[in-house]
Amino acid sequence: MALVRRAIDELGSSMFSVEQPSATTARPSSIRRRAWRGVRVPFWFVLPALAVYAFVVLAPSGQGVLYAFSDWNGISATFDLVGLRNFVTVFTDPLALAALGNTLVLAAVIMLLQNLFGLLLALALNTRVRSGAALRVVFFAPVVLTPLVSGYIWSYLLAPDGGVNEVLRTVGLSALAQDWLGDPRFALGAVCVAILWQFSGYSMVIYLAGLKALPADLLEAGVVDGAGPFRRFFSIVLPLINGSVVINLLLTLIGGLGQFDQVFAMTQGGPGNATQTISTVIYKNGFQLGDYPYATALALVMAVVVGVLAFVQYRLTARQVER
Amino acid sequence: MINRYTRRTLALEIVIWALALVELAPLFALVNMSLKAPHNPSGAFQISGEYSFANYVRAWQTGHLGAALVNSVIVAVVSVAAILVLAALAAYPLARVGAKWPKWVFYVFLAGLVIPGQLGILPLYTSVFRLGLVGNLGSVILVNVGGALPFAVFVVTTFLRETARDYEEAAALDGCGPLRTFRYIVVPLMRPALGTVAVLNLIAIWNSFFIALLFLSGSGSETLPVRISGFVRTYSADWPAVFAALVISSVPILAAYFALQKYIIQGFAGGLKG
Repeated sequence: MALVRRAIDELGSSMFSVEQPSATTARPSSIRRRAWRGVRVPFWFVLPALAVYAFVVLAPSGQGVLYAFSDWNGISATFDLVGLRNFVTVFTDPLALAALGNTLVLAAVIMLLQNLFGLLLALALNTRVRSGAALRVVFFAPVVLTPLVSGYIWSYLLAPDGGVNEVLRTVGLSALAQDWLGDPRFALGAVCVAILWQFSGYSMVIYLAGLKALPADLLEAGVVDGAGPFRRFFSIVLPLINGSVVINLLLTLIGGLGQFDQVFAMTQGGPGNATQTISTVIYKNGFQLGDYPYATALALVMAVVVGVLAFVQYRLTARQVER
Repeated sequence: MINRYTRRTLALEIVIWALALVELAPLFALVNMSLKAPHNPSGAFQISGEYSFANYVRAWQTGHLGAALVNSVIVAVVSVAAILVLAALAAYPLARVGAKWPKWVFYVFLAGLVIPGQLGILPLYTSVFRLGLVGNLGSVILVNVGGALPFAVFVVTTFLRETARDYEEAAALDGCGPLRTFRYIVVPLMRPALGTVAVLNLIAIWNSFFIALLFLSGSGSETLPVRISGFVRTYSADWPAVFAALVISSVPILAAYFALQKYIIQGFAGGLKG
């Protein structure tokens, strides 16, 4: 709890520091402690939001946890608790296991490469290059595109006679041309390419915001002390943009683990089960086949995976701040 | 000495522009393919053969994209308006009431940031079904708003907490009631945070597919992404028309982006800045 609270404070205090320089400066504690001079704040203002949030998120999530241990079929009002039976089904089902594996691989690849590309682009644009503003607009443009649409674009580009193979053949590398989405060895990687193409600019923008806030005198001190570019990056820049790193890792982790749209557009989980993710299996088994016990159990597994990995990731990266 | 434009900076600039062209290539292919006449055999990156604007007419008419476009606009505008109103209302007591409970309610909202949507999606589907809303735009609006509130409440509340209370106290001294204080003092103070929330949610909701697929697929009121996915299933052999449909669905969001890119990028970077 203390950890979560610290994370929240850290996030909260770092927000809007660019737009509102005065907002984050130290404020005399007397303002907070001083009695309100007759301002009545209606507490019931919070109720509409709380009601909608409870209906859409809290109650269904609680039910989801409960139903995962039951034979609830989505229609009848009654259900019986069946212990861990649904989880046994899930963990012995090749489809669910394939989806779990694929989801973890996809999330790991996206987390690693999207951050690497985003950080490299941000570092490159944060130099003296003259067209930095225009380049930023270009690299961020795919971020606003509908993920489903970018999935369809890439499913055409990666088709056997699509744009990617066309380029390979033009430059004399026809031996490398593949049926990228039809071959189980390449399909998951191909989906990752489409996601990286679309969202690297998102990580870049967050890293750029961190880099812009770096104090120039620290970097110059590093130069004066004879630190090379790598030393300056790892000893000065990286620790100071830790906040951006934490946010980016969390966003890519959660985004990667929840991936649905691009897979739906590009492969529908195929070929075979090569690109099934947890979300596509929940959709398929829950909504198309109506196997509610299976789908709710898988959803709870997913929630636990997301929670545990996000917690571990936060612990690991947040430690570096304390050092 | 870090700040000089050297030959290496120039080389770097050229390399990044080469990468930028690669980044833009899929968008070029999208527009290029959408304008090619059917049976034009040239590749995605080649400009040759016969071109035709007829793909757009075909996509628009057979895809019923006009109605879907209207539905998407309704869903996005109503959802974002509701998110802003509810989050602004909730943030006021959460940031300003000095008791214990606002803290706990705030944490309850924050829990929504880490609960994956998939966990509750099946029970949520049945509750929305019981309300008779499945197939109705209201279902998607309700779910969008509920799902967006944790982040919106978090952003607006933390922002308001960092803002001084002087204006509100002055208004109270002048005899301004709580509702008017909220409307004329607090909401204007919240504007930067509300702007960030509006930009992020407008884009996210315009692009959202999964929720709309669940609640609207097959009904008469599909949003653009759902309609596009249905169109692609039916006309997958007609790539030029498919690409025309993709362009039609992307134009509003890309036009908004290029017109407002400064604010949009700021919203993405500022709202989640570390």
